[in-house]
Amino acid sequence: MDRTLKISKIKDGTVIDHIPAGKALKVLNIINIGENNSISIGIKVPSNKMREKDVIKIENRFLEKIELDKIAMIAPNASISIIKNYDIIEKFSVDLPQKIIGILKCNNQNCITNAGEPVNSEFNLVSSNPLTVKCVYCKREMADNEIINNL
Amino acid sequence: MLKNKSLISVSDLDKGDIEDIFEKADYMYQNMNNMRQNEPMKLKILSTLFYEPSTRTRLSFESAMERLGGSVISMADSKTSSFSKGETLADTIRIVESYSDIIVIRHPLEGAALLASRFSSKPVINAGDGSGEHPTQTLVDLYTIKKELGDIENKEITIIGDLKYGRTVHSLLLALTRYHVKINLVSPANLKLPDYVYKEIKNKLDVNIIDDIEQSIKQSDVLYITRIQKERFTDKNEYYKLIGSYKITKKEVEKMKENSIIMHPLPRIDEIDVEVDFMKKAKYFKQASYGIPIRMALISMIAGD
Ligand SMILES: Nc1ncnc2c1ncn2[C@@H]1O[C@H](COP(=O)(O)OP(=O)(O)OP(=O)(O)O)[C@@H](O)[C@H]1O
Ligand SMILES: [Mg+2]
Ligand SMILES: [Zn+2]
Repeated sequence: MDRTLKISKIKDGTVIDHIPAGKALKVLNIINIGENNSISIGIKVPSNKMREKDVIKIENRFLEKIELDKIAMIAPNASISIIKNYDIIEKFSVDLPQKIIGILKCNNQNCITNAGEPVNSEFNLVSSNPLTVKCVYCKREMADNEIINNL
Repeated sequence: MLKNKSLISVSDLDKGDIEDIFEKADYMYQNMNNMRQNEPMKLKILSTLFYEPSTRTRLSFESAMERLGGSVISMADSKTSSFSKGETLADTIRIVESYSDIIVIRHPLEGAALLASRFSSKPVINAGDGSGEHPTQTLVDLYTIKKELGDIENKEITIIGDLKYGRTVHSLLLALTRYHVKINLVSPANLKLPDYVYKEIKNKLDVNIIDDIEQSIKQSDVLYITRIQKERFTDKNEYYKLIGSYKITKKEVEKMKENSIIMHPLPRIDEIDVEVDFMKKAKYFKQASYGIPIRMALISMIAGD
């Protein structure tokens, strides 16, 4: 019995599944949505794997590397399905990069990367659970919500 | 191994590097006056970019380069210099690297020296980046301990004062993780060592955060005093109350054990009473003087042929 597909199927697009319950809006925040990308969101839907999860379905949109890296930081266990002509043609999980370049703002106001210099921010992954990263420039660490708020 | 490399953090140096630098510094110390004739840095130019005021560090780099027979160019006061008129540090570095063979930078923002090194094909030395690091001061500090006490290993070192903003303390602690030493940290509540530094050292050093300064004074080999800046206190009365309880006077020094020393990265304000200056244990001026052989050693190892 298919209880999760209350939403009609999409022809072409991307499904972001297994987002921790309640984090869908944060994920949506970091994705650029264009005019012909209609979106369906499931929040706190029942899931076998996670009890409760969020899921996002975006029509006519395929994600870029930088977006996948950002999603990995919000939802480290998210799985991505690429839909073409109603079928899943590719399915993979997101991956936390060891080096996080240009996608996260350093939380330290006194960090040189926040001073208008022509450089990307750069962090090393310190641990994935709890998610912790370290700025290569100022050596400060950032964790969890601090990271999500600076994506 | 240091040749043409930038020195941004003490983490760039392993124990062997530090020993090599000390060996070279010994040589510079002993041959201070011949070096000018030998001119090992002849035709080389060192540039100093100080975006933050400094007297000792800047002068000692300049003196070290002059003593090696090289020359120095300096950015004028960063407030009036055209380099600071909205120009990015990256652009300034791209220009200055073609004017010199080695660049020394001090900047108020953390990570500035690393950024500079990434835009420069010439080696960059970090002379202080915000509350980040100050690796050459650390080398001077370690060298002082070694020269005055014979060895760094197995010493008990008490660090007193501003542990929060003091970059010299951060660099020194990181470097001391390479040795077996006991560290005592004493600071006012609002100037405690930041978590990100503590995390870095806690598993590698015997660190004790203490309130009882009395006992540490008695048993330490090194009392390392740092400046507590008035600006850090909104209530100036708080500052004066506090400085009273942290001040090292003749009375404290008399309680120190034999063969122990007092260090301070300078400038000293009220933390050490001037009457201590004449006591045998006071080594802070000596410490400042070691800045020359250490910086001579670094410049010649990094920019020498
Ligand atoms: N054409 C489609 N339109 C919209 N959503 C789809 C479409 N096809 C599949 N999905 C959704 O994509 C996700 C992954 O599909 P799949 O069939 O692999 O689910 P699953 O068996 O639940 O897999 P998992 O073990 O990853 O949970 C599900 O959330 C599913 O509802
Ligand atoms: Mg499922
Ligand atoms: Zn930073």
